[in-house]
Amino acid sequence: MLRYIIRRLLIAIPVVFLVILATFVLVHAMPGGPFDAVGMKAMPEHIKIVLERRYGLDKPLYEQFARYVLNIFKGDFGPMFRQPSQTVRDIIGQTFPISIQLGLMSLIVAFVLGIPIGIIAALNHNSLLDYVVTFTAVLSRSIPNIVLAPLLIYVFAVQLDWFPVAFWGAHPPFFLGFIPRLNSEFFMHAFLPVMSLGTGMAAGIARLTRAGLLEVLSSDYIRTARAKGLRERAVIVIHALKNSLIPVVTVLGPLLAALITGSFVIELMFAINGMGRRFVTSIGQREYFLQTSLVLLYGFLLIMANLLVDLMYAWFDPRIRYD
Amino acid sequence: MTPEKTLEQLTREENAEHYGQGRSPMQDAFREFRRNYIAVAGAIFIVIILLTATFAPLLSPYDFAQQNTFNNRAKPFTGYDITTDYAEENCHWYNTPLEWGCTTFIAGSDALGRDLWSRMIYGTRVSLAVAFVASGVSVVIGLTYGTIAGFAGGRVDNIMMRIVDFLYAVPTLPIIIMMTVYFKALARRGVTTGFMGTLIFLNKSTGGLLFVFVAIGALNWLGMARQARGQVLSYKEKEFVEAARAIGAKDGHIITKHLIPNIIGPLLILESMAIPGYIFTEAVLSLISLGVDPPTPSWGAMINEGYATLRSNPHLVLFPGVALTLTTLAFNFMGDGLRDAFDARLRGRK
Repeated sequence: MLRYIIRRLLIAIPVVFLVILATFVLVHAMPGGPFDAVGMKAMPEHIKIVLERRYGLDKPLYEQFARYVLNIFKGDFGPMFRQPSQTVRDIIGQTFPISIQLGLMSLIVAFVLGIPIGIIAALNHNSLLDYVVTFTAVLSRSIPNIVLAPLLIYVFAVQLDWFPVAFWGAHPPFFLGFIPRLNSEFFMHAFLPVMSLGTGMAAGIARLTRAGLLEVLSSDYIRTARAKGLRERAVIVIHALKNSLIPVVTVLGPLLAALITGSFVIELMFAINGMGRRFVTSIGQREYFLQTSLVLLYGFLLIMANLLVDLMYAWFDPRIRYD
Repeated sequence: MTPEKTLEQLTREENAEHYGQGRSPMQDAFREFRRNYIAVAGAIFIVIILLTATFAPLLSPYDFAQQNTFNNRAKPFTGYDITTDYAEENCHWYNTPLEWGCTTFIAGSDALGRDLWSRMIYGTRVSLAVAFVASGVSVVIGLTYGTIAGFAGGRVDNIMMRIVDFLYAVPTLPIIIMMTVYFKALARRGVTTGFMGTLIFLNKSTGGLLFVFVAIGALNWLGMARQARGQVLSYKEKEFVEAARAIGAKDGHIITKHLIPNIIGPLLILESMAIPGYIFTEAVLSLISLGVDPPTPSWGAMINEGYATLRSNPHLVLFPGVALTLTTLAFNFMGDGLRDAFDARLRGRK
C-alpha cells in the first residue's frame, strides 16, 4: 500500500510540472502585460522597462520559469505586481484556508444530509417517502448553485434577515493553519454559502446511497444475515451499509472537482475572500505568478483528492488491491 | 372443418402470447420510457425549448439588444418600449401597471432597459447550443479516442490511457478559464490572420459561443473515452466480431459496422446525463464574463448582470434562474428516464 502511495505521488510530479509549465506559458502568451497602465493612463515606457527588469520579466521565458520553479522549493511563489506590499504566498495564506473551510464544511453537509436521506429512502422503497426524496434529490441536483445562491440570499438574507448577506466570518490567523474560531459569527456567515454548495452534492450522494443500498439489500449475503436471525438494524448498519457506499466513493472524485467549480461561483456571489474569487478577479490583471501558483495549488489538491478517493475505494472494497 | 395449425404456427402464437409481438429491444426501451411520465414531460419540455430557440425571432416581442434607457430595471408587466409613437404619447414611463393599448415588458427590463422576456427567449439558443454541440464534440472525440485505444490494445492502449489519466489530474475549470481569457484577449487584439484569425472570426459570428464549445468539449471527452474503451474491450472478444473477422472484414469495417453501433447507445445515454453539467459550465463562464460576448443573451450572463441589484430587482435573477433550473431539470429527468429504460432492458427485468 505504501509503495502504491509513493508511486502515485511520484507520477504526480511530472503532472504538476507540466500543468504549471502550460499555465505559465499560457499566461505569458496573453497579449499585454502587468505594467501596461497606471489606472486609466498608459504607463510611461521607461518606467515600464524599469519595473519589468525589477521583476525579471525582461529575461527569456525559460529562465523566468526555471527561477519560478526553483523559488517554489524555497517557499517563494513570486511577487504580486498590483499589490507590491504582498507576495503570492501571502495571498495564498489568506485565501487558501478560507476556501478549505468552505469546501470541507460543504462536504460534511453533503454527507451528513445525503447518506441518511438515501438510507431512509431505500428502506422505504417505493413508498411515498421514497418518491418525495427521489424527486427532491433530482430537483436540488438540477438547481445550479449560481441560481441557488442568489435565491438563498434573497430569501434568507434580504427578506428574512436571518443571515448576513456576504463575506466570511473568520479571518487569519487560523489554528493549525485552517481551523477558525467556531463562534456564532463564523457559522452565521458560513450557513448560506455552505448550503448553496452542499445541498446539490447531498442530493447526488442521497441518490447513489439509495441505489447502492437497494442493490445490496437484494443480494444473497444479506439474505444469509437475515436468515441467521440478526436484527434488522444490525443487518443494515453492519452488513449492508459499507458495501452500499462503494458507488458513493466512486463519484467522490468528480464531486471534489465540482466542489472546486462551485467554490468559484459561491465565493464570487458571497464576496468570500477565497482562492476561487481571487483567481477570477486576477484574470484580467496579468498577475502571472498568482495565476500560475493558484493553478498549481488546484492541481495539487485534485491529485491529493484523487489519491485519497482511490485509497478509500480500496478500504471500502477489499477486493481491490493496489500493488 | 378448420385447418389444423402447424406446430410452427402454434409455437409462434404461444411466443407472441408470452413475450409480446416481436418487438425489437429498441421498441421495448421506448415503451418503457413512455411509461415514465416525468421523463416524457422532460423530453416534451426540451422539445418546447428547442422550438423556442428555433423560432426565437418570431416569439420574442422585442429586439433583445434594443435599449430603452428610460425604462431600465422595470418590474415585470411594467415598462414600455419607447420606440413606438403610440407608447411615447399614451403610456406612462416607469414602473406603472399595465395599461390598455400599451405593450409592456412581460418580465420587466434589465439595467439597460432591454426586454428581459425577449432576452430569455434568445437565451435558449445559447444553452441548447452548448447542450448539444459541446456534448457532440465530447462524444466524437471521446468515442474516436476510446475506440482506437480499446481496439488497438497493447502498448498503444496503454499510452493512450496514460494520457487520459494525466489529463484527469488537470484542474479543469481554472484551465478552461485561462484558455478562454487567452482567446478573448487575442480576439480583442483583432488577430485576423492564420488559424487563430479564422477561429476568432467564427467565434464572432457565433456571438462568442465557439470558445465556450471548444473549452467545454475539449476537456470533457475523458470520461467518454474511458467508457468507450471499456465497451470496446468487452465487445471485441464477442463471437460476432470473430465471425466478421473470419469472413475477412477489415478493422475499419468491424469498428464502424459492428462495434460502434453496439456501444453508441449506452454512451449517448451517459452523455445525456452530462448535459446539465455543460449548461452549468456555460453559465459559470458567463457569470465571470468569459462566456458569450455582449449583447448576446445567455442566462448565466443575465444572472451576472442582474445579481448586482438583487435587493431591489430580484426578478432580473429570478427569471433566467428559473429558466436555467427548468432546463437542467428537464435534461436530468430525461437522462434518468433513458437510463432506466435501457438499463431495465439490459438487465432483462421490467
